[in-house]
Amino acid sequence: MGKDPIISIRGAVYSYKGAPSPALCGADLEVLPGEWVALLGANGSGKSTLAKICNALLEPTQGDCFSLSMDCRDPACVPLIRQGAALVFQNPDDQIVASIVEEDVAFGPENLGLTSGEIRRRVDRALELTGLSEHRRRGSHSLSGGQKQRLALAGALALEPKVLILDEATSMLDPEGRAALLECLRELNASGMTLIQITHIMEDIARAGRIAVMQSGRIVWDGLPADFWRGEYLRFGFDEPGELALYRELISRKMIPEGTRPIAEDMAEALCL
Amino acid sequence: MKFAGGFSIGQFIPGESFVHSLDPRCKIAAAFVLLGGLFASSSPPDFIPWILCLAACSRASRIRFSSVLRSGRPVLFLIVFTVALNLFWTPGREIFRLGFLRVTQEGLAAALSMGLRLYLLVMFAAMLMMTTSPMSFSDGLERLMSPLRRLRFPVSEMAMMMTIALRFIPTLFEETDRILKAQISRGADFESGGILKRTRAFIPVLVPLFVLVFARAENLATAMESRCYVPGAPRTRLNPLEWSRRDTAALVCSAVFVIFSLLWNRHAAAAISSFVTWPV
Repeated sequence: MGKDPIISIRGAVYSYKGAPSPALCGADLEVLPGEWVALLGANGSGKSTLAKICNALLEPTQGDCFSLSMDCRDPACVPLIRQGAALVFQNPDDQIVASIVEEDVAFGPENLGLTSGEIRRRVDRALELTGLSEHRRRGSHSLSGGQKQRLALAGALALEPKVLILDEATSMLDPEGRAALLECLRELNASGMTLIQITHIMEDIARAGRIAVMQSGRIVWDGLPADFWRGEYLRFGFDEPGELALYRELISRKMIPEGTRPIAEDMAEALCL
Repeated sequence: MKFAGGFSIGQFIPGESFVHSLDPRCKIAAAFVLLGGLFASSSPPDFIPWILCLAACSRASRIRFSSVLRSGRPVLFLIVFTVALNLFWTPGREIFRLGFLRVTQEGLAAALSMGLRLYLLVMFAAMLMMTTSPMSFSDGLERLMSPLRRLRFPVSEMAMMMTIALRFIPTLFEETDRILKAQISRGADFESGGILKRTRAFIPVLVPLFVLVFARAENLATAMESRCYVPGAPRTRLNPLEWSRRDTAALVCSAVFVIFSLLWNRHAAAAISSFVTWPV
């Protein structure tokens, strides 16, 4: 018997006021616990709207949305959904509320009405997971771009969510900052956290266990990365990541097994076996 | 060109000093007591203990005195303007004349007193903000204003607004600087011409800045909502405010200092004033 989806969206429709066309027109997405799903699509394809619906920030005008088996339309479930399916946005400067690192991480747990002891425990854990423990007393404005995004991630992790939704959270980072954030995400996913990563960056997608592509407010392709890299990405106009040519060559020469992810460390590991 | 380079009013400097560790309610109350006392000082010698008090506060907070003094730079124009107004427009015994401008003995004393008072007011306010994180400051303010809840005043929302406003001061200055540089690279000139031309030159900076501020406010509201913030709903704190004996001691010390300064004004400062004869 398969696992029940942790996120289930069926036929979601959503229109912004004054927009000429709906942002979502019948989007379907099911995410299983522990999955790492990369959500791709051009600007305006409805990715961010879908993420906000998963977090109960928006309510679909039609269709169903269940996050953590709770109906996003039920006002009683909204705070629990926001806590359980945390969202990290693109620009960290837009989501950092407090001037001090630890105070910002504590903002979410403070809103949940937890005791100061529990808030401190969560703050400590979130800072440790994101590697910001040594910066806890620093001013948030003095952090680097990568550190700020990790702070935004820590703020979301302090809610102790089951699902983490990243809305282009790596797009403003330099390669070093991105690598640090991706490593952090890899560890979180390995510990069982479900990840939905909205991204345009092909290197990020390579780490996902599943890829979903959005076009004009719908999911138009949903499948395994291996199938995506076989040529589907060209159909949707995505660029080929640098490592993909090497990956293809290694697969065609049967030097690495099928199903290996097209990321440097996985290919190197497969070659060494 | 850097916009308000080194701007530091309202900019918290993290630290572990005695002043940093005080309860924000104590610091806010002490600041009000001190600022009240400062208004009672009127002649230049009255301000001697206040300058020493500021230096002592700077030492106790482990913030360099030069940094505290620099924090008055953004209001320097206002202070210079006030000093000039008092210096040239106060009637009295004339010391010298610069064209139509008359400098009087009373004007010199008034200008010095007003300049010092304003500068010290800014310095003490800056000390409060430099040693109190915006979150902690708003917590303190919220607790002090809590009786207003009975009048249905949105105390929590006001406190949160203040936290965010203070948090965004450095960010907005960075953004302004970025827009300024972008406009300079496109040929904008902010440094030549009269005051009217310079003011007009800032319009292309203000328009994108306002657009950016509104977009940022919208994004921040969404991000806060996604982090379970509900306006007016009760919140707990990572560091709940706890009033300790040293907060009481610090507040009492502030009050004692104000009494001392009042006595100083009456006796010592008056004696110094009688010694000093202004150049005629």
